[in-house]
Amino acid sequence: MTTGYFFSHRHILDIEHLSADDIDYILTTAESFKEISARSIKKVPTLRGNTIINLFFEPSTRTRLSFEIAAKRMSADTFNISASTSSATKGETLIDTARNISAMNPDIIILRHSFSGAPHLLSQYVDAAVINAGDGTHEHPSQGLLDMMTVREHKKRLNDLKIAIIGDILHSRVAHSDILGFLRMGSEVFVYGPGTLIPPGLKELGVTVCSTMKEAVEDADVLMTLRIQKERQNDPLLPSFREYATEYGVTAKVASWARPDALIMHPGPINRGIELMPDVADGPQSVILDQVTNGVAVRMALLYLVTGNGNK
Amino acid sequence: MPASLLIKNGRIIDPANTVDCVRDLLIVDGRIADSATALPAGASEIEEIDASGCWVVPGLIDMHVHLREPGEEYKEDILSGTRAAAAGGFTAVACMPNTKPVNDSRAVTVLILSQAEKADARVYPVAAISQNSQGSALTEFGELRANGAVALSDDGLPVRDSQLMRRALEYAADHGLLVISHSEEPSLSNGVMNEGIVSTRLGLKGIPTAAESIMVYREIALAECLGKRVHIAHVSCAMSAELIRSAKARGVRVTAETAPHYFTLTDEAVTGYNTNAKMNPPLRTEQDRQAIRQGLADGTFDAIATDHAPHSILDKEVEFDRAMNGIIGLETSLPLSLALVREGVLDEQKLIELLSVNPAHILGVEGGTLSVGARADVTVIDPDLAFTYTEEQVVSKSKNSPFLGEKLQGRAVYTIMGGRITHTLS
Repeated sequence: MTTGYFFSHRHILDIEHLSADDIDYILTTAESFKEISARSIKKVPTLRGNTIINLFFEPSTRTRLSFEIAAKRMSADTFNISASTSSATKGETLIDTARNISAMNPDIIILRHSFSGAPHLLSQYVDAAVINAGDGTHEHPSQGLLDMMTVREHKKRLNDLKIAIIGDILHSRVAHSDILGFLRMGSEVFVYGPGTLIPPGLKELGVTVCSTMKEAVEDADVLMTLRIQKERQNDPLLPSFREYATEYGVTAKVASWARPDALIMHPGPINRGIELMPDVADGPQSVILDQVTNGVAVRMALLYLVTGNGNK
Repeated sequence: MPASLLIKNGRIIDPANTVDCVRDLLIVDGRIADSATALPAGASEIEEIDASGCWVVPGLIDMHVHLREPGEEYKEDILSGTRAAAAGGFTAVACMPNTKPVNDSRAVTVLILSQAEKADARVYPVAAISQNSQGSALTEFGELRANGAVALSDDGLPVRDSQLMRRALEYAADHGLLVISHSEEPSLSNGVMNEGIVSTRLGLKGIPTAAESIMVYREIALAECLGKRVHIAHVSCAMSAELIRSAKARGVRVTAETAPHYFTLTDEAVTGYNTNAKMNPPLRTEQDRQAIRQGLADGTFDAIATDHAPHSILDKEVEFDRAMNGIIGLETSLPLSLALVREGVLDEQKLIELLSVNPAHILGVEGGTLSVGARADVTVIDPDLAFTYTEEQVVSKSKNSPFLGEKLQGRAVYTIMGGRITHTLS
């Protein structure tokens, strides 16, 4: 930790604006909270009296539950609002919704939204701290942080690692947060996927865009597969899932190209047999469930830090 | 209105007459008079303007604006839009037909012109190419022309059907009307900003430059094959500029405009999800911006037009994906364009050609000259006047500008339409 470090973020909107010191501090805080979830009485009074609103404009089970568990383990009062994205067509704008919620004086608003930048917009209109729980195809910072926490736990470092990310980079907000986070911490990121799902500009970010699976995976320390988003297939991005599984699916053979101690990761939910074969997903190198466990710890840390506790 | 107006000691820049000298300009009864010989009797009635240190140029003409009347007067109307035009130094504007209802009929054209009688700038209606801009059947070009339309465009809605575009070019030529193309291949343009590193970083869906350039090439191919003329609106990227440059070199009858935002900003302006930087075509890369400046310098572009697109806060203070496209531009066009002179991209004559002479010629309307006898549409510019562009100063009803808070240099101090002063910088 840098001497005199001060956690200065009022909101957690993305990884892009977190420094290496910020990430290090969040992960260290999360590690200290992880133990709470292993106790028989999984509750500390840290955020007692705080009001946290889960404002989810997009369906989500695990992220919402993870934030809710994190909040409750810290004794905060949580409220869930599941709003359909189409609620805007009923006349209320996001800003109006924000102002109404803000009038009830919450301390933290956790926002999941199908449009990129919605948390940035919200943060300009509310007094509460805003945590981005996934916005459009932009970022999913808490997921990026829990991925980094999981890697750090197993590899004892976040620098000088080869991170291979396979699949739909274009639509994956998780991939975007992971790319920015791992690069920031001093690792190398290699991506591979169909050309239709590789966004422009990755090279300028410092990512190696590979032309073969082998190039991406060979000697990787981490092999991260991404969910093929079936709901996005109205644009002719792929000829078929069958072909995707053949060309881009991570099989045991593909995984064998990585380092023997490579971690297999996936943000979930998995399309088993498409992007990731079951024997790999459930194999000894898989840390997919560790990611879920660490998600609670990371979110506890974020809730703790945005309420200004980190600098006491 | 005084019968006579004497603009003293200004630097007269009149490219139509290859004039660039310091002298007086006399206006009598709404027309440019010969100040040497035509000083009228009763000199006491002459109002004088001291234009020392200022440029005196033919009234600026913006050939691409949206005035939102009829239909969306909460964003802008003909009176507020032309007040903004006058404040920006414009004496005339051509207004696009995407009103509600669409200007695809005599009734709407006549309504616009009747409102414009009281306006602070001349208004030249651009009528729709196709009925309701739906791209399936042509509008009545003859009747529209007879009632005051000067050009045709389905602006905002590209003409998908190449055969319809071909017929429009042929039929418009019969009626002496200009066809203006909003060049965009719709199947490629369903994004919200330029496709590139910035769109990737922000997680926003991109629009590749090819969406524009493919359609620019179609229009060039049609104009070349038919021998007709076409005008390309708001060019944003290097590839389109190159297509237009080479077409002009082979004698194709193509003209083109670009807008101040394309030679001033890049897609980096979207960072932070700034909806005031959302427009269509989108802001492009630095390489494109440089190509647009090069195109202005070498004559690839004939005109600077603003695509003044007022939107209320309701349309902009939303998620980026949901925000309307477009920015206002009438009050910032001149200072942003003057920067091109200061930076050595253009000389003064060339700038006035782009902002006045050429738009008049392309639209086939009076203006763009300070010849004796010409209608006295004149703009007096202080090219050095520095100011900060703030929301409070905006004359337009809408405030959607990415330049708010910016320090700009140079602005109109007097705008004179037909001898009447429509704007004085207080």
